[in-house]
Amino acid sequence: MSRWLSIADIAEKVQSGELKATAMVEQAFKSIEQCQKYDAIIATIPERAKRRAQELDGRIALGEQTGRLSGVPFIAKDNFLTFGSETTAASNILRGFEAPYQSTVIERLEAEGAICVAKANLDAFAHGGSTENSDFMVTKNPHDASRVPGGSSGGSAAAVMLDMAPFALGTDTGGSIRLPASFTGAVGLKPTYGLVSRSGVVAMASSTDVVGPLARTVEDAALVLDVISGRDLLDGTTVNRDPEPYTNLDRATVSEFKIGIIKEYMGEGVDHDVREQIQSTVEALQKAGADIQELSLPSLDLALAAYYIIVPAEISSNLSRYDGQRYGFSHPDATNLDQSYNWSRSEGFGREAKRRIMIGTYVLSSGYYDAYYKKAQQLRTKLIEEFNKAFKSVDFLVGPIAPMTAFKIGENTNDPLKMYLADAMTVGVSLAGLPAISVPVGLDRNSLPVGMQLIGQQRTDRKLFSLAKEIERLVK
Amino acid sequence: MISDAARKTYIPTIGIECHVQLKTRTKLFAAVGNDARDAAPNTLISHICLGMPGALPVLNKKAVEYAIRVAFGFNTTPQKYSYFERKHYFYPDLPKGYQISQLSKPIIVGGTVSFELGGGIQKTIRINRVQLEEDAGKNTHPAGEDYSLVDLNRAGTPLLEVVSEPDIHSASEAKAYAHELWLLMRYADVSDADMYHGNMRFDVNVSVSKDPNELGLRTETKNINSFRAVEKAAEYEINRQIELIEKGQRIVQETRGWDDAKQKTFSQRSKEEAHDYRYMPDPDIPPIILDNDLVQTVRKSMPVLPIEWRQRLASLDLDALVIETLIDAQAEVPEANYLPFIETSLVDAPFAKFVVNHIVNTIDPMRRENGQVANTWDTYLKEIYNLQQNGKLSSTNTKALIVTLLSSGAQPQELEKYAEEQGFIQVSDEKEIARIVAEVISTNPRAAEDVKNGEMKAIGFLVGQVMKLSMGKANPGLAQEQIKKHLNS
Repeated sequence: MSRWLSIADIAEKVQSGELKATAMVEQAFKSIEQCQKYDAIIATIPERAKRRAQELDGRIALGEQTGRLSGVPFIAKDNFLTFGSETTAASNILRGFEAPYQSTVIERLEAEGAICVAKANLDAFAHGGSTENSDFMVTKNPHDASRVPGGSSGGSAAAVMLDMAPFALGTDTGGSIRLPASFTGAVGLKPTYGLVSRSGVVAMASSTDVVGPLARTVEDAALVLDVISGRDLLDGTTVNRDPEPYTNLDRATVSEFKIGIIKEYMGEGVDHDVREQIQSTVEALQKAGADIQELSLPSLDLALAAYYIIVPAEISSNLSRYDGQRYGFSHPDATNLDQSYNWSRSEGFGREAKRRIMIGTYVLSSGYYDAYYKKAQQLRTKLIEEFNKAFKSVDFLVGPIAPMTAFKIGENTNDPLKMYLADAMTVGVSLAGLPAISVPVGLDRNSLPVGMQLIGQQRTDRKLFSLAKEIERLVK
Repeated sequence: MISDAARKTYIPTIGIECHVQLKTRTKLFAAVGNDARDAAPNTLISHICLGMPGALPVLNKKAVEYAIRVAFGFNTTPQKYSYFERKHYFYPDLPKGYQISQLSKPIIVGGTVSFELGGGIQKTIRINRVQLEEDAGKNTHPAGEDYSLVDLNRAGTPLLEVVSEPDIHSASEAKAYAHELWLLMRYADVSDADMYHGNMRFDVNVSVSKDPNELGLRTETKNINSFRAVEKAAEYEINRQIELIEKGQRIVQETRGWDDAKQKTFSQRSKEEAHDYRYMPDPDIPPIILDNDLVQTVRKSMPVLPIEWRQRLASLDLDALVIETLIDAQAEVPEANYLPFIETSLVDAPFAKFVVNHIVNTIDPMRRENGQVANTWDTYLKEIYNLQQNGKLSSTNTKALIVTLLSSGAQPQELEKYAEEQGFIQVSDEKEIARIVAEVISTNPRAAEDVKNGEMKAIGFLVGQVMKLSMGKANPGLAQEQIKKHLNS
């Protein structure tokens, strides 16, 4: 395993001919091969990747400019529709599905010369926080193979930390980029809702799904966001990007930052070592001149409950299309339409997907809608108000990503509620559509990474990168 | 049997839901062709119409503009804020497992539709709501086969579902309302409203009750695609329900179908009755927040609607049936511009009436026969009118001249010369007519004698003979004068 240069450096050297795109792709496949035991990868895309690398090298030899990510290999979570491999979302029901079109994000990365080399494992349909819910295999944490990498973008985070590629794409619905970033020590950005197109990404919950990068450094993550962000005609919920490049990070100094520590995220139930690491980082920021204050957002305590009503509701709806009729798994023994629906879905979906479909169907049923779905949406509105109020007095909110570090494989699998608690500190941000980033700030007593969560107002993703970069410097 | 008197004690109450396909170039949420009328199955589809993983709906702005037009057509304004919701059920023609529709906040709330019932009675039906939604695909079940076929060309076509209030109280009103909706959609230019291709489909809700303050149990007869069938289905349901009640039986609240061959409704009693659609706001589509500028722009570009045309034509004092014929003709061939031409003729009322007469009796019947209207239909009307006024064309020959011109496609430089060549100009030369009259009288002495004896009926016969001998060219008025003159001298 060898470390990658920064993304910008790779692209520059490939463009100048100093490095070959084909060599970059080869290096990626070699690392993937060497780290097979971590089960981070569902499928590789060797033919298409090598062909694209050769094309790039050829074009560069002719003196062409091939983009800001020339020859940079990357790995996509397997819920991004890509050419050259199946797209399964780690679910049996989509096994064998070959996408007829590619995600906007993949298209944008390819247009800048990046090369998708593999598809990463995830909790099936991104339902989970540990990657144990994959219908195929459990990804192992690169720091301790007996532990989970977090989820649902666990394969992507592990792949980056195993140096399979300089960056990977993840999706975050309630913490699915941030949590695995925290558990593996990667930098993971959940952008502002709507900043990155969801077109061609297998939907989990449409109102909170976002696409974001997992990388080794803030700088790398910022460059990826710069390429993938902005309005997309294929996604009506996308918003305009910041006109200034997301890579312009050196403007602010720490002494100009007003930072609020979220009281609700630092109390009982948070692992001692996690709290310690967050606190010492906050102290370092304070020493560097930042204005630190403690803030309370009372509705955050209820965010998890609201999240696990709204999100399953949307999941039950979004998963309706997997009916065994047009693509994916269709039960071979069904002899009529109802059987085909029932059997294809019963066998095609895993336990967690079924659990969420059941909850979602229940809360949307007539007679229950007002008591659950509507109430949860009201709470969501209240939560957004509280965030808005908090951002009147501070620029950023901070806290841990999760109350714990990476847990043992199998530790929580029999207790879905305990599993859901890993999301307690990330779902509030998702419901409010805010940008948040996970930056590694230290290790716990078992040498497992601790991630700090930095939260900004909507569309302040660039500012968030600035703070993250300062923290990166401080904790080095 | 139930007596008519007994039937008359019941008040029928009818509400109609109408699905109108909008004629946008592309589908409601996908950049895919929308005119599926002549397309081979599954050729107008994309990953969005197929409900592929990761496919997202993006709203077609034109469909929103059309909805705004319809709002003005219904004498109301569109809602500033509306949004889409998902209606869930599993069916092969519904690839996503839900239909994108509107429930809580539709784009139009309220409004009215007014129309003539004949005999000068005007009826106004209130509109409850109009929702913008996507159509489903089409399933076909080949006879004797163990499979069904799905065509998704229509999946995602924009529909407006127009829901009326239960303000309709007879089958004929139901038909008139359905027809007026058709006119509105054609005049507002938002739908091809092609009934044959199912561009408009009606669901007719019928109940009967003796108590005007209490509605009876209703049935809904779905998917009717002609005005006549709307009337017949309503009539059938009214009678069926009255008979059930009179027999002491209960009416079942249910969904029914219309069998056009048997002219009967039939129970469909589908499983759908107990369906819970689990509506929820569609998180993929931001709410429609109408920009005031857009609404005003659409308002300014509104075409003239039937109700206003009726008012504009009022000065001609035409028969109501003639007006409705004109309104229908304009709806069928808007490109002919019948009504705008009539409107420019209104300054000269007799000419305008001449134009109306020939559109209704000559030009439009030709169009219906040929399938299209000649684009020169209005080129010579003024000249033809003048020739008729000057006595150079009989009314018969006026019509014949128009027919000849339009069917030959001739575009003569000098119309009178052309009419002459074609033998339509009537002879008004007194000497020539006198010569023919003399000949007719000498060969018909008995009729001439009758006229002399005051039997004026015979004069018609003699005029007829003059016309015959002149091959229709003689001015009949002059001929009559000459006959009288000849016999009185």
